[in-house]
Amino acid sequence: MIDQQRGRSMPLRSLDREVPEIAVRGDAQPRALTDVLVRDTTVAYAFIAPAFFLLLFLVAYPFALSVWLSFSDARVGEMGSFVGLENFQRLLTSSIFLQTLQNSIIFTALALSAKTVFGMILALLLFRIGMFKRLIRGAVLLPFIVPTALSTLVWWWMFEPLYSVVNWTLKALHIVSRDVPWLPDPYLAMFTVVLVNTWRGLPFFAICLLAGLVAIPREMYEAAESDGASAMGRFWYITVPLLKPVLAVVILFSTIFTLADFNIVYVLTKGGPMNMTHLFATYSFALGLQGGQISQGAAVSLFLFPILLLVVFVQLRMVRKSSTYE
Amino acid sequence: MSDLARWARGSRPVFTLYLPTMPFVFFALFPLYFMFVTSFKKNAELYDVNAVPFWIGRGVTLGHYELLSRDTLFWSWFVNSLIVSLAATVISVVLGVLAAYPLARLKFPGSDSFGVAIFITYLVPPSLLFLPLSTVVARLGLSDSLWSLVVTYPTFLVPFCTWLLMGYFRTVPKEIEECAMLDGCNRLQTLVKILLPVAIPGVICAALFAFTLSWNEFLYALVFVSPAELKTMTVGVFSELIRGDIYYWGGLMAGACIGSLPIVVAYVFFLDYYVSGLTAGAVK
Repeated sequence: MIDQQRGRSMPLRSLDREVPEIAVRGDAQPRALTDVLVRDTTVAYAFIAPAFFLLLFLVAYPFALSVWLSFSDARVGEMGSFVGLENFQRLLTSSIFLQTLQNSIIFTALALSAKTVFGMILALLLFRIGMFKRLIRGAVLLPFIVPTALSTLVWWWMFEPLYSVVNWTLKALHIVSRDVPWLPDPYLAMFTVVLVNTWRGLPFFAICLLAGLVAIPREMYEAAESDGASAMGRFWYITVPLLKPVLAVVILFSTIFTLADFNIVYVLTKGGPMNMTHLFATYSFALGLQGGQISQGAAVSLFLFPILLLVVFVQLRMVRKSSTYE
Repeated sequence: MSDLARWARGSRPVFTLYLPTMPFVFFALFPLYFMFVTSFKKNAELYDVNAVPFWIGRGVTLGHYELLSRDTLFWSWFVNSLIVSLAATVISVVLGVLAAYPLARLKFPGSDSFGVAIFITYLVPPSLLFLPLSTVVARLGLSDSLWSLVVTYPTFLVPFCTWLLMGYFRTVPKEIEECAMLDGCNRLQTLVKILLPVAIPGVICAALFAFTLSWNEFLYALVFVSPAELKTMTVGVFSELIRGDIYYWGGLMAGACIGSLPIVVAYVFFLDYYVSGLTAGAVK
């Protein structure tokens, strides 16, 4: 990663800086260098300390606590005692949890596919747009910026059973003859939460992929064009391979945050109907806070952790690999 | 090339480019437009299944905004959100600047591990930690106070700011700092007097994102704070305007409009910072 480059250049740089001092001191050269390194280390630790302790007490400690809770029979307000894997065993035999697991996979797979495909299309369009560039980019990015909890409210209103603007339009166009039960129907409810997640996440994909497209050298396309490559050929053999690193990072990044989504599902369906839209976060909330079974709730949210680790692992590996080619 | 020729060449993209882009723009903006329109509609029109829902046909009303100001603690929520977001932003940017500097510039034992740790915490979603954090917050005696949010928001903001600023600091040539250090400045002075003025765009970007993320935060605010007068904007509008089976849709939309307004205003003024912060998060 970047650290490797830093590793190579850093001692040299400290040496550079100390050259005048060393020249004056003459024989004290080795000590001066150690001095600087010690001084830099102290400064570095002093600068990092506030962030370090914050993350230690409010991220690392809660995480450890979460692991402990998931192995205990704690309830809200009491510490509980160690029960081993009981919580996980109970979860894996609970039909609601298995439903949540299935929902999470379906939700993430659908939302990610939609965001990738449409994000790619949108990025390609935005890339070529010249007039009103800022205006259009600004408009398209807006859903990502406004508070999700509040913008999901308007989606709820748009799918409200009696006054839904979507149903009104569909009926006015004679596509359907009666109201579509968007939120009361389990499958349509899943469709709706995926739709809203896509609405919110699409700008992130489009803007990141756009940044990736801008970075591709124009000469590549010109060369391919003079070799007679079609537009489709240029897309598959130049754009896609060169965009792969960005695409991979964006997808990995979004996998975590799509899987861990809370706001959209909580506001729109609260996990219903019949637990058919519960995700790890909302089910963990329902079990741990509303049900008071904090140990079970912690166990549910810990299911996010392996995916987090996987993403971190793949991403670090990719960053390392790309820096060796630099 | 003459203007006419340019226009002739330029008209083709209307069909191949601008027309296909329209559905995306419509998809992005319609819900926000609908939110805005609904908030000014009279209840009689709002709850008439035969009225055309896309525009206001029977007169504009400020009634929903009045209801919000008069019958709810809306402005308290607004002020709470403002206090929490500003405090969390200041804390996170300061800690982020301090942590990013050594990570970008100095070599010290453990720098790699700390860099990786920052990266991991940057990816930890709040929904993974809200349960144990609620225990920690309760034990610190911060439940049901705005402090619980001021203290916990930096857990996801500091890694973000550090990561973003680290990338930014690396783009600043280190020679200018070395000159200052040769003139006798210490590291802190160099950072504050030399690097920060040059890195101001990066700092603005970090601050904007920290503020936006705090303002938009929902889960921690929902879990850690329950008294109505201490709620933040996002939670207040959602939980206090839905009473049992009664939904104040006009009020909900009015609240959503005002709740989104500060972010949208900041966004309009600093669009480029938002774009660069967004891509820095994932692409760098």
